[in-house]
Formats: sequence, structure tokens, C-alpha cells
Amino acid sequence: MMIPSPWRADFPAIAALQRQDQTYLDNAATTQKPQALLDALTHYYANGAANVHRAQHLPGAHATQAFEDSRLKVAQWLNAGDSGQIIFTHGATSALNLLAYGLEPLFHPGDEIVISAVEHHANLLPWQQLAQRRELKLVILPLDEDGVIDLGAAVRLINPRTRLLAVSQLSNVLGAWQPLPALLAMAKAHNALTVVDGAQGVVHGRHDVQALGCDFYVFSSHKLYGPDGLGVLFGRNKALEQLQPWQFGGEMVLEANYHDARFRPAPLGFEAGTPPIASVIGLGATLDYLAGLDQDAVSAHEAALHAYLLQGLAARNGIRLLGKPQLALASFIVEGVHNADLAHLLTEQGIAVRAGHHCAMPLLKSFELAGAIRVSLALYNDSEDLERFFDALDQALELLR
Amino acid sequence: MNLPLAAAEALQTFQNAAGWEQRARLLMQFGDRLPPLNDADKCEANRVHGCESQVWLVGELQDGHWQFSAASDARMIRGLVALLLLRVNGLSAVELQQVDLSDWFNQLGLSRQLSPSRSNGLNAVLQRMNELAG
Repeated sequence: MMIPSPWRADFPAIAALQRQDQTYLDNAATTQKPQALLDALTHYYANGAANVHRAQHLPGAHATQAFEDSRLKVAQWLNAGDSGQIIFTHGATSALNLLAYGLEPLFHPGDEIVISAVEHHANLLPWQQLAQRRELKLVILPLDEDGVIDLGAAVRLINPRTRLLAVSQLSNVLGAWQPLPALLAMAKAHNALTVVDGAQGVVHGRHDVQALGCDFYVFSSHKLYGPDGLGVLFGRNKALEQLQPWQFGGEMVLEANYHDARFRPAPLGFEAGTPPIASVIGLGATLDYLAGLDQDAVSAHEAALHAYLLQGLAARNGIRLLGKPQLALASFIVEGVHNADLAHLLTEQGIAVRAGHHCAMPLLKSFELAGAIRVSLALYNDSEDLERFFDALDQALELLR
Repeated sequence: MNLPLAAAEALQTFQNAAGWEQRARLLMQFGDRLPPLNDADKCEANRVHGCESQVWLVGELQDGHWQFSAASDARMIRGLVALLLLRVNGLSAVELQQVDLSDWFNQLGLSRQLSPSRSNGLNAVLQRMNELAG
């Protein structure tokens, strides 16, 4: 069965990688970029870079216009409407740290923060450290056998002491959607703030932050075919009122004196220093490109490719999947084979997959594993990529067994 | 070039190897020949951090010459470490400081194993060896 990708040629790096005999299947780590993004970056730098929200001059006005257009495009992508604001940060990790520091004054000793066992370090460590600073209790929601947050346990663990719930939408290791509507409803019933880590989820399908009803939604540009060094934080208006500025300097200030200062409201008040202007403009171009695709066709392609991946893994002896992946990726180990050895031999054969703990050490420890191999897909992958992976896997296993 | 005999033999073997597959087989063979480390030495103090796999490295000066021994639960890194030990064991402290190990792996056709990517364990082993050799 052939599963070609009609969008492959839109990503020039895929052909370049192929010329280097590299098959790129590490898309959950970062993605290749569409030509539309490369064109936008070139256009910006070739036609006059300028800082935003500062100068009166024309280049500054153009840059600011393009920068704010991107903010609008992100808001449209998430269907934020006037329910909240889009804040640009230097990455998803930065966005989550902004929340953990900017919300800190709301927490008092004994309060509880609830996350889940599946969290990426970026949505674990900021809360863990906040809990240590403020003597809070960090509560970890357990997973069921399929890698989905156990709602029966969640209903007991989310309680009147819960001040904040922070969970990922789609796990970067297990590839399973988390039951957000139910979890968010539980948190809201106790007036807890809600944070959704959409770093993986935002890449697959369209998500509506108003329908979701979370207070904050975080994602990273580079995983969504955009430039790196850029994260997005959506915050609902009501929730943003409780967020204090975290980093200071630049145009986040309204009025500064030597001994005191006043700061702007969201979004600018949370964008200290010069923002990643080119990356913001580039993300806008990526979103234009993505918005022009037939979303149903993209989803169908990704689903077909994922089914092909699971089928191929299931057809081989001794492969154990982590959890029950629903889309986008599959993490696995092979009985009797060290994942470092397998990773070594896949690398030798030009297969770019991720081996290791995937920035989720506690999760891997809960499977009693030091690491696993993860194959993760993007819209430009095709069945030939997977064939090359399967051939390389067979060769590697033959050598190792 | 003043190579220890076993190292010279290994170099010849690897230079005659054709393709990744044969190199991988050789690595596993060299790894299998690595003398085992006793269990007491597989302790946290001897663990090399920064590897995907578990690697232990022990080294001592005997009559002015370094003797390292090592173990790993993964086969490829065990082979790489075996090739490293072939090159350095028996060297004096001065010789060990002078030996160009990245050139050694380069000659073996294994230079990519020293890439700065953090998932690679060989760099961590070399760093640890430097620390031990002080």
C-alpha cells in the first residue's frame, strides 16, 4: 500500500535530507519548514529588519504590522476571538515558566497543583519548583494502561485545595489524547486555574481554546512547522488579570522611574525585551500555509500513516509499544535489545528517530525503562519513509539478535 | 606512530571493514572480548553519566602505566569502549595526556561516534577518563 504525501514538495529540507540518505522521523522533536516560511524570513531580512512597538520610522511600522498580523493569525488558528490574548514567548518552556512565576503570588503553603504522570519536563519542572518555593503539594494524576489519565483517580485527586491543573493535550511519548473536557470540568468545579500544554496537540488537527475552556494554552512554533525560538501562550482575559509580569525590560513597561515602574497589560506586558520578530512573522507565514491545506486530508493522511506504522511494528517479533498510541507517533522497545544499540544501528542507516527518555524521565521510569525508541510523523512523511525505517529496523535486529 | 600491538591489529581490521554493517559486527565482537568488570566495580561512583546506556569505567596506575577497565549493558558502546581501552591501556601518564583519541576513532572510521550530540556516550567516557587521569 502506497501512502504518498501531496505536501512533501512544499518542504524543501525533506529532499535535501533524502540526498544525504536521511529519513526524518523525529517530528515530535521538531519539524521541517515549508517554503512559505523560508520566503517570509528572507523577505523580512532582505527588505528591512526593524524593532517592533518602538520606532516611528517606516521599517519599524512595517515590522510591527507584520508582527501584529501574526498575533491575529495565531488567535484565529486557536479561535481565541476576544476571549483572551496571544502572548509571544521564547518557547513553550518559557511560556510555562512565565506561568509558574507569574502566578506564584496566588499560591499559599498547602495549596495543591495537579499535573499528570505523562508530562514533559517543561510542564513538570516549573510546577515542581514552584511547589518547592511555596511549600505546595504537587499532585500527579496516574495513567491507565493505555497511557490516558485515569479519570476515576482524577476525580478524587482534584479537590477544593487544587489551585491549578496543568496537563498536556497529547503525550510526546505515548501519542494519546488526554480527556481534557472532563479534567478541565473537574478543575473548574473547584475554581482552579487550568493550563493546557498543547506542544504536541496543536500539531494535529485544529483546536478551539474557547470550546476547550482552558485558562491558558501553550504551544511551541517549531513543532508546528514554524521557526524556533518562539512559543505561544494563550490566556483568557480573566486569567490574565491574575498573571504578574515575570521578566522586565523593553517595551513591557508603561512608565519607569529609578525606584518604581508600571507595566503594560497583556500581551505586551509579558513580552520583555526584543521579541523573536522574524520567528513571529515566520510563524504567521506557516499558519497561512497550513490554513490553505485541506485539514481533513491532512488528518486522513496522518491517520493512514500512523496505522501503517503500528501495523509494521506489530508484524515484528518482540516489539513492545509504550501505551496505546492513537496518532502521530509510537514509542517502543524490543525485548532483549538495548535501545541504545538499536538507536546506534538506525543512525548508521540514516534513520532519524529519537532514542532515550524523551524529556519525560519520570514517565519512562514508571515503565521501568531507561529509554525507548520513538518514531514520530509529520504531514510530509510518506509510506516510503516508513518502509526505509522498517528495512533498517529489520537489518539492525538481525545484527543484534 | 607508536601503537600498542592490539591497537594496531584493531586498526587494520577496522580499516579493512566495508560498510556500516561490518563495522557494527566488529564493534560487537570487540565488545564481547572486553574483560568483564567485577560486580563491586559496577557501582555508582564508577558510573559514567551522560550515556544512553549504563557505562562503568575504572582506572588505576600500575607501575606508572594506566590500566583501565570498563563495562556497559549496551553492546555498541561496549565495543567503542573496548577500542578505546586497546589504545590507552599500558600508556604512561604523560603518554595518555598526549594521545589524540579523536584521531584514533577517526582512523578507525568511527569519528561520528564522537559527535557532540548528547545522546552519544563515547564523549562522556572520554571525559571521565580525563578526570581519572587528572
